[in-house]
Amino acid sequence: MQTQEQVVPIRTPESSYGDEVVTVIAKDGSAGPADPKLPVEQVVDFYEAMVRTRTIDVQLERLQRQGRIGFHIGSLGEEASILGSAAAMRPQDWIFPCYREFGALLYRGMPLQTYVDNMFGNADDIVKGRQMPDHYTGRAFRFGSVSSPIGTQMTQAVGFAWAAQKKGTDEVTSVFFGEGATSSAEFHTGMNFAGVMKAPVVFLCRNNHWAISVPSEKQTASKTFADKGIAYGVPAVRVDGNDVLATYKVVRECVERAARGEGPALVEMLTYRVGGHSTSDDPRAYRVQDEVEQWRRTDPIVRLRRHLETKGAWDDAREEELTKSTEAKLKACIVAAEKKPKPALGTMFDGVFAERPWHLEEQAAELLNGPRAKDHH
Amino acid sequence: MPEMNLVQAVNDALRIAMRHDDDVVVLGEDVGKVGGVFRVTQGLFDEFGEDRVIDTPLSEGGIIGTAIGMALYGMKPVPEIQFADFIFPAFDQIVSEAAKYRYRSGGEYTCPMVIRTPVGGGIRGGHYHSQSPESLFIHTAGLKVVCPSNPYDAKGLLTASIKDPDPVLFFEPKRIYRAVKMDVPEGDLELPLGKAKVVREGEDVTVIAWGAMLFEALASAEEVEADGLSCEVLDLRTLWPVDIDTIVESVKKTGRVVIVHEAPKACGFGAELLSMVTEKCFVHLEAPPVRVTGFDTPFPYTLEMEYLPLQHRITPALRETVAYEP
Repeated sequence: MQTQEQVVPIRTPESSYGDEVVTVIAKDGSAGPADPKLPVEQVVDFYEAMVRTRTIDVQLERLQRQGRIGFHIGSLGEEASILGSAAAMRPQDWIFPCYREFGALLYRGMPLQTYVDNMFGNADDIVKGRQMPDHYTGRAFRFGSVSSPIGTQMTQAVGFAWAAQKKGTDEVTSVFFGEGATSSAEFHTGMNFAGVMKAPVVFLCRNNHWAISVPSEKQTASKTFADKGIAYGVPAVRVDGNDVLATYKVVRECVERAARGEGPALVEMLTYRVGGHSTSDDPRAYRVQDEVEQWRRTDPIVRLRRHLETKGAWDDAREEELTKSTEAKLKACIVAAEKKPKPALGTMFDGVFAERPWHLEEQAAELLNGPRAKDHH
Repeated sequence: MPEMNLVQAVNDALRIAMRHDDDVVVLGEDVGKVGGVFRVTQGLFDEFGEDRVIDTPLSEGGIIGTAIGMALYGMKPVPEIQFADFIFPAFDQIVSEAAKYRYRSGGEYTCPMVIRTPVGGGIRGGHYHSQSPESLFIHTAGLKVVCPSNPYDAKGLLTASIKDPDPVLFFEPKRIYRAVKMDVPEGDLELPLGKAKVVREGEDVTVIAWGAMLFEALASAEEVEADGLSCEVLDLRTLWPVDIDTIVESVKKTGRVVIVHEAPKACGFGAELLSMVTEKCFVHLEAPPVRVTGFDTPFPYTLEMEYLPLQHRITPALRETVAYEP
């Protein structure tokens, strides 16, 4: 650990943020000049969504440790960047997720039960048990489909936004990705196509400082991730991603700009992945705890609560009620999801194509008439 | 009925599809003003404008990635990859994304698109303008693969591919882009995917081929006819899902089969066809099935006519297969 400390600088909020980072909520909870001046009920709504997201994260991680679900990939510490962005999208807009944005999907209205069914891959899972947990989707919520390989959603989001524009709508598409994904070919291609085509797309880079075990400074020699916008003619903004009001304001401006036909934008949201990459990862193997503690001091939920308290809009009683009711609802959903059956055997062959060709009919019959596996998970 | 070559037939199919459906758009490198390096999209830019016939930045991954996005939204993109040899930067988008969207999203999103690309050798193109990568896509769950051998089929199959609700790889055999002219009906022409065609009936041996190699197979069939050998020649037209019924019916009749393709032998589509024939026609076989294919080398430039499974290699294979006695 000591060697690591000498070689790798600790990524503190102070070392990451420069003067050019948009921030609203000050240390004392007051709002600075960039305040979007939203009605207090709306800010409370953001806060509740962030607390719900964290509560669910904590419980799902526990559930995975108990062996009741196979996997979870969460957003501890990144709630403001995710919820602030989601809230900034208008109802007609679309979100292309990375894989850490279940909070945004719930914020957009997916019932908690539907999300929990996805965690269990049961018969009611929206993706029919065909993908591992947290690989959700939902067209009704104008929310794309999660795949695991890094960066693939970026060029797709550009094409999607482009199509919406060609169809004469004012719909804007946003696309989430981590700072690690800026090293992928799809980031460069997507930014380039978006710049050339003036596609109404907002690139949302969650700079959480870690791509599994690789720190952000090993992803790029650029001074900032926002700098990358310059090469593609895509305007870029750096925002305090642990400040939901700043995130909302910046993303909203980018959305409105794109909707006016003024083209794409890149938002670098400075935040920190407080947890492991996923439940399969133990970050103690590659980073020092002191770094995590320093970021905890800028915790997006604590900061927003302080802000709400300055307005007298939040207190301990409401907090306790929110946490308890979220836990209770989640528990009920988990109990229900565990009781649901697995997807029917034959559904393995559905949806490969719109209609089953002969070879899949043949293989479905082979499976259905053959022996069953013993060790189902 | 107008005479068309394969280039004109594909162009005609695109033009008609674009006239019928505003959601059909063409995108790729040089497909706009210049009409493509093979001129397949010539004239479409003038008729439909830059919004629907789009010259993209030079990135195959970007062409397919953005086309997928358009398909997810509800449009019908027909991206062109300039040569099949250049498709690999887009491989991830094709096999992990386009092919999987319907399945992985539980049907929330689908990806109807047709990826057009010239395929095959014999045009002095060397390794990077000559390959036949069809088996890589056939191996991928969720893709349909089409390869016409003539202008009539090209028009009818491309029309069906554009109407298909799933992603289709449409391989155009560039060696015969302008080699064959035939009558192609004006206006709508649609041929079903998944149907092979018996282009020559025979009794002694079945030859399975597609694309440019169909003509080599037909030439060999004619050559051995002089010796009294009767060859049945199948043009697969749709490689995947393959028309197994037509293959099985033919092989059960002849008891012998020769499979011809340009791609390398190991894990080429011939390997799968041979397995299927063996599984489904074992007791009817009178000789070991034979593959006449490209070799397991990179595609060579100077020696390409020795690499390709042309008439000179198919003819002896037919003779030996028919002469085989256990």
